[in-house]
Amino acid sequence: MPDMQGLVNELIDKLKKRDGLINGLSFVLVLMLIRWQKGEGITGTALQTAELLRSVISVQKLPPTNKAAALINAVRDVGEKLIAANPVGEPLASFCQLSVGNVIRRVLHIVREEDLSPSSDEAGDNEEEITWLRDNTAPYVAEIIRPPLLHMLHTFSSAEEKSKSYIFGRSRKLKNDVIEAINMLIEDVNICYELIAEQAVEHIHHNETILTLGWSRTVLEFLLAAKDKKRSFHVFVAEGAPRCHGHALTDSAVFAMISRVNMVIVGVHAVTANGGVIAPVGIDMVALAAQKFAVPVVVVAGIHKLCPLYTENPEVSLNDVRSPSELLELGNFSDCMDFGSVDGAPLVHVANPVFDYVPPELVSLVITDIGGHKPSYIYRLIADYYSSQDYVRYGKDALL
Amino acid sequence: MDPRRYSRVIDPKVRQVGFCPRSGQVQNQSGPTGPSTSPPVSHISPSSNSLSPVMIPPPRHPSDAASRAVNVPATATTPLRPRRPSFDDPNNNSSSTEQLVVSSYNPDESVLGTSPPFSGIGDDRDGDAESEFSDNSVNWIRQNDSGRFPLSLAPDGRFDSAAAKEKQSKKPQVGSRKERGGGQTAEVRNDLPSESKPLKEKTSKAERRALQEAQRAVKAAAKAGGNKSKAASLSAHEQTNKAAKLPLQRKDDGPVTSSAAVSERRGGERPPEKDRKKDAPAPRMQFDDKNRVEKAKKRSVVKQTEARNRVELFRHLPQYEHGTQLPDLESKFFQLDPMHPSIYKVGLQYLAGDIRGGNARCVAMLQAFSEAIKDYSTPPEKTLTRDLTAKVNNFVSFLIECRPLSISMGNAIRFLKSRIAKLPITLSEAEAKSSLCSDIERFINEKIVIAEKVIVEHAVTKIQDGDVLLTYGSSAVVEMVILHAHKLGKQFRVVIVDSRPRFEGQALLRKLVKIGVSCTYTHINAVSYIMREVTRVFLGAASVFSNGTVYSRVGTACVAMVAHAFHVPVLVCCEAYKFHERVLLDSICSNELGDPDAISKVPGRMDINSLHDGTNKENLQLLNLMYDATPPDYISMIVTEYGMIPTTSVPVIVREYGREHLLI
Repeated sequence: MPDMQGLVNELIDKLKKRDGLINGLSFVLVLMLIRWQKGEGITGTALQTAELLRSVISVQKLPPTNKAAALINAVRDVGEKLIAANPVGEPLASFCQLSVGNVIRRVLHIVREEDLSPSSDEAGDNEEEITWLRDNTAPYVAEIIRPPLLHMLHTFSSAEEKSKSYIFGRSRKLKNDVIEAINMLIEDVNICYELIAEQAVEHIHHNETILTLGWSRTVLEFLLAAKDKKRSFHVFVAEGAPRCHGHALTDSAVFAMISRVNMVIVGVHAVTANGGVIAPVGIDMVALAAQKFAVPVVVVAGIHKLCPLYTENPEVSLNDVRSPSELLELGNFSDCMDFGSVDGAPLVHVANPVFDYVPPELVSLVITDIGGHKPSYIYRLIADYYSSQDYVRYGKDALL
Repeated sequence: MDPRRYSRVIDPKVRQVGFCPRSGQVQNQSGPTGPSTSPPVSHISPSSNSLSPVMIPPPRHPSDAASRAVNVPATATTPLRPRRPSFDDPNNNSSSTEQLVVSSYNPDESVLGTSPPFSGIGDDRDGDAESEFSDNSVNWIRQNDSGRFPLSLAPDGRFDSAAAKEKQSKKPQVGSRKERGGGQTAEVRNDLPSESKPLKEKTSKAERRALQEAQRAVKAAAKAGGNKSKAASLSAHEQTNKAAKLPLQRKDDGPVTSSAAVSERRGGERPPEKDRKKDAPAPRMQFDDKNRVEKAKKRSVVKQTEARNRVELFRHLPQYEHGTQLPDLESKFFQLDPMHPSIYKVGLQYLAGDIRGGNARCVAMLQAFSEAIKDYSTPPEKTLTRDLTAKVNNFVSFLIECRPLSISMGNAIRFLKSRIAKLPITLSEAEAKSSLCSDIERFINEKIVIAEKVIVEHAVTKIQDGDVLLTYGSSAVVEMVILHAHKLGKQFRVVIVDSRPRFEGQALLRKLVKIGVSCTYTHINAVSYIMREVTRVFLGAASVFSNGTVYSRVGTACVAMVAHAFHVPVLVCCEAYKFHERVLLDSICSNELGDPDAISKVPGRMDINSLHDGTNKENLQLLNLMYDATPPDYISMIVTEYGMIPTTSVPVIVREYGREHLLI
């Protein structure tokens, strides 16, 4: 993406005009954007969010009672602001909503769980825990918090430094556990590719023909893992226009080819609670064609892509629309616009959505890092990984 | 009463049978729209032209009876007979009953001929036993009926037609070959009624023979009268038939007439076994057949180099390097002796992709042929028919080398060849040439230009105010439909779905926006996003195969599938000359491959053009399909110049109108 650097700079300029807190969070968003563009995709944003929350928790002052609630409030607060800081209309919008929300919910769930566990109620007693905490969290703080963010966090908890010992004395055990859990979460997200790819040999046999659409790192690793095991197979890659992350087959030829395909493997953006998936645009068409020819549609997705959302018409409410210039070249477009308006209303509309919603009926299998599941089972996984109190939406129209 | 009726049927010779429908016709006028749309079709053709080779086929017979029953309700006869066709073709009968019910003219016995008290039960699907019962219960009035009923049972339906067929296939061999064209049909016409009747009441063999002789004589007289050739007279018959049938065909909906029409023609103009075999489409050239490819290469004018990375699945299709042949061919422009320059020009245009679209290609080819024929002169010691056919074959193989023929072009070539073959020997060269040229002209005019207009007229009726139409790519006919609807002042919006690498929809978008149609433009990937707001899908087609498969620009199947999934009706606009009797199940066995490089290049996206360098890598094959096959279940209706038909009726159109591409 050649223009990405310019985009980032522009974004930073914009951010400078905002107030301190938002500014700090926006900075994190910029980091996310960079990671996104580096090809880490949704996983990158998830990681970034987790790291941010970890640092927030690590410096959070906890009151003597109701520590968990304080932590939850803090995390929520940051989460809301993180979403709010998302400059609407920027390319971030499309991915932040879901992945950031997911991670925030995961962290909230972690806090709740740790709060319930018996050990967390014990009063912290020994000094070494404090030092452990310092040693362990300091690097994260330093890593993430650069001046503006640091500043923001100071405003967050201004009294923090004065009563350091007090905080740590009362809260270290809970915090300790939470941070450890978040570390595990980050670890999970990091290794989800390998975990998913490990299952590839169970699903891909010799001489198989696979169709995929667009580019997905999860799918890539999945296929590479199978290839490493000396399985030889054909892959049809539909290009996923207009973003064209994939290649070698036009999208329109999907229907023609799908009758010769044994399996469709696609990476997705999110898996909703009913087992439907939000995927790059075009996959609904592929899934319909696959259904016609009884070809299984396998979705590979890390656990962090599970979304505890029940929305009606997700294809609209969870979608994002991008610039027409991706579809119509500028010359062509302006030609159309020249004579293309009646009473000021343009005659030409260009629909360039980013995502498709694929209903669960069309999905045969969802492979996550903890194994393969029927779409109808996703709600169960979601119950395992999230707390029902947090099912509210994080997003532009957050209900919190 | 019964015997009397029999004698009435039989007595005035078979000719009278031919007239029987006329009485049915009269009834049709009295009872609104007649018992069904289909039987009248068959009534009319013989009555309008009693000499027509289209005889009264057995399956129609029951409907005769039905119409008679309508006429004389009191005698309501033959409960079983009408049921037979209903069994054969439920659509047919059910629609006919519906119509009758609507007409409210003795709806009860309309089709079944059951007595009024039982009419409640007696819808057309009740069991035979029941109707028998009803029959019996009333048979104190018409005991004769029950007597008649077993008689009618035997000869009706399939059995009869089978017999006819058998007879027919034997007959021509007995009869002189020469008579095949006219004589045979007359014969068949004769013996069909005679075959179907005799089980009912035995006409003597001699009587029948006499009849046949008489009819043959009439036939011959007619042939002599029309001073045209045998073939011409045959086609004239066809034309009159068609003229009679056409209006009816128009207003009906599909299988109803189609099946009736099929049965009507059954045996009639069916060519003998041998001819039929010849008619079956020859298998296409398979490019994985090494021998044939080698042979073809030796003959070829265009030097093709094979693509390096061929897609394994498509080895049976030609996969050549693109863009290499043009300069070579251009340089040879003046050396190619046998090729007419106009043909050469069209070929180059195909090769360069300057002429695209089924109709445009077909018209260009026909016009080039016309030019070539004008400049043609028969070499000494050769006959025009043979030499010209060879010439045309030559041209065609050159055009194939430039780009594989579309189905429509294949059909047009078949038409031209049959015209050449049927040229009367008596014609002088100039006359023959001008007749051919005018034939080509008429083909273009009638099969393409007028057909399009008629299609537009049909399709426009399906557009209402407030509709959101979706179309894919750029189809000439669909464009005309939209323009016409706009001209009529209908308020609608158009969604144009497009796809890489050709972006044909952009041209359409411009045109539509220019005239002020509100448009939404999107890519095929987003079709399921946009389909929610769409109310009609209009698609064009490159060809329609006789199993209902629509062969069209790649991506059409996806659009039709998504529309089907969203319960949006899909209308395919296609001229009937593009119909083909071949069947097709998938998009792989028969397809065309475009330039693979077109896929690897993404204009304006330098960052992802890296693949372009990697095209030669061993593991990567780029596949640029040109067409795909849309299964018939996704298509709600096909709009042709013969009317709006379901996909199941495609074979009927092929059979009735496609065989010789007769001019109307």
